[in-house]
Amino acid sequence: MIQIEGLRKAYHSRGRTVLAVDGVDLEVRQGEVYGVLGRSGAGKSTLLRCVNLLERPDAGSVTVDGVDLTALPERRLRRQRQRIGMIHQHFALLSSRTAAGNVAFPLEVMGVPRRERAQRVAELLDLVGLGDRAHAYPAQLSGGQKQRVGIARALAGRPTVLLSDEATSALDPETTTSILDLLRDLSQRLGLTILLITHEMEVVKRICDSAAVMREGRVIEAGRVRDLLARPGSALGQEIFRLGTPPDLPDTTIVDVTLTDDAVGQSFVADLVRRYDVDASILAGTIETLADGQVGRLRIALPGSAEANAAPLRHLRDAGLSVEVAR
Amino acid sequence: MTPMTWAEIQPLLWQASIETGYMVAVSSALTAVGGLLLGVLLVLTGRGGLLATRPVNLVLGILINIGRSLPFIILLVAIIPFTRALVGTTIGTEAAIVPLTVAAIPFFARIVETAIREVDRDVIAAARAMGASRTEIVFKVLLREARPGLVAGLTITVIALIGYSAMAGTVGGGGLGDLAIRYGYQRFENTVMVATVVLLVVFVQLIQSLGDLIVRWLSRK
Repeated sequence: MIQIEGLRKAYHSRGRTVLAVDGVDLEVRQGEVYGVLGRSGAGKSTLLRCVNLLERPDAGSVTVDGVDLTALPERRLRRQRQRIGMIHQHFALLSSRTAAGNVAFPLEVMGVPRRERAQRVAELLDLVGLGDRAHAYPAQLSGGQKQRVGIARALAGRPTVLLSDEATSALDPETTTSILDLLRDLSQRLGLTILLITHEMEVVKRICDSAAVMREGRVIEAGRVRDLLARPGSALGQEIFRLGTPPDLPDTTIVDVTLTDDAVGQSFVADLVRRYDVDASILAGTIETLADGQVGRLRIALPGSAEANAAPLRHLRDAGLSVEVAR
Repeated sequence: MTPMTWAEIQPLLWQASIETGYMVAVSSALTAVGGLLLGVLLVLTGRGGLLATRPVNLVLGILINIGRSLPFIILLVAIIPFTRALVGTTIGTEAAIVPLTVAAIPFFARIVETAIREVDRDVIAAARAMGASRTEIVFKVLLREARPGLVAGLTITVIALIGYSAMAGTVGGGGLGDLAIRYGYQRFENTVMVATVVLLVVFVQLIQSLGDLIVRWLSRK
């Protein structure tokens, strides 16, 4: 649905050049929620603004729904943008218009006749659960309500793609959850493809099917969230499972075991103890609930060297677990 | 010489008020249009603007600064040839409107520029993301969102124009300021002096209150 190839964008300020996006390739499949995770300054915001060409990339191409946007002249680009919704961290609502007026704005731009517009606005506000606040001004709405107006506005043109620029970063945890659930729900009901950028792990955990981690303008890993987490050494995995550095225990093997769906809830530790008679002890662990299932990582200490523990380790691997010797 | 009676003063005050009202109203209307145009152009051609063109922006900025740096009384005299070319005369109320407008446009243009720059950049980006054209962004986003600031700025400009109009007496423009100088000051008619001052205060007060009212109605923040 979205193909980004060889994207590059530099900024020049006071004689210095900053490479904000340094050769990024990204592929977002139809109907998935794709999260780009990174700290501020990693280039993710620039990347997102390049997708609807709010920023013109220096090199590379952006294809959305089969149309190469980088090749379009201004007028056709504007028309194409109407098919790409966007929501913003600080909502970006017109303060001089009511909630309904804000949702009507893109419809006016598209040239939808007045009567049809009113009907569509009512529909959209109902869709985001704000049917009763149509005549409120942004200043009279809470942060969560403002973002709902932003979402309704972004959906006005019946887009196939929704871009989200840190949409929940200005919201409290509870409101964040409700907005994320709304986005997830909309993506499923409307078959919407969502590309979001965030610095919040919670967002990736809660709604993303796939994710990319950005650092200094580059994507350092990308793929389905569950695949990334199951992979030892994954940056995303380290962010989600904060187990810290393994302790230095004499004559002990410390292993990190990553569990996906099937393994969660299985008694593999007890199994190990029974079968190999080892005093396995759990040092640290976490189990996370993702958009499509559970994953966890356990840090287990086994007495003896790694060689001595070869059999139990093989057993774990055979059981379909991803096992990494941490020390 | 006996002081003037109230019956003599009243028609003078009435006449002068009408002259002031006329000069200020016409020059304010012209300033509103001219200043808005210039201010918008200033923002659009400025750094990061929708029509960023540095040379145009530079020239506009210099022209505005020249207009802003001339004291009104000097500008009044300096542009006499321009005034004559435009309205055919250099004396009277019409002749006063020209320098008043010329002085107020750059003043208001800067205020317009500041008011428009206050509009949230995110909102402009959002409008672009929705496929809005430049014209739509100027009229539906910039001018609309800046309305409270624009009205507050216009109020300041109108009040400044009342002040400038007092000097229009030097070209026979008439008005309250002129009355205060010719009768109140030069002929020691204290009653006239006090009456014009009171009237001016009332006018300014009324305009400010009206401006504030509109601003409050426009800004629902």
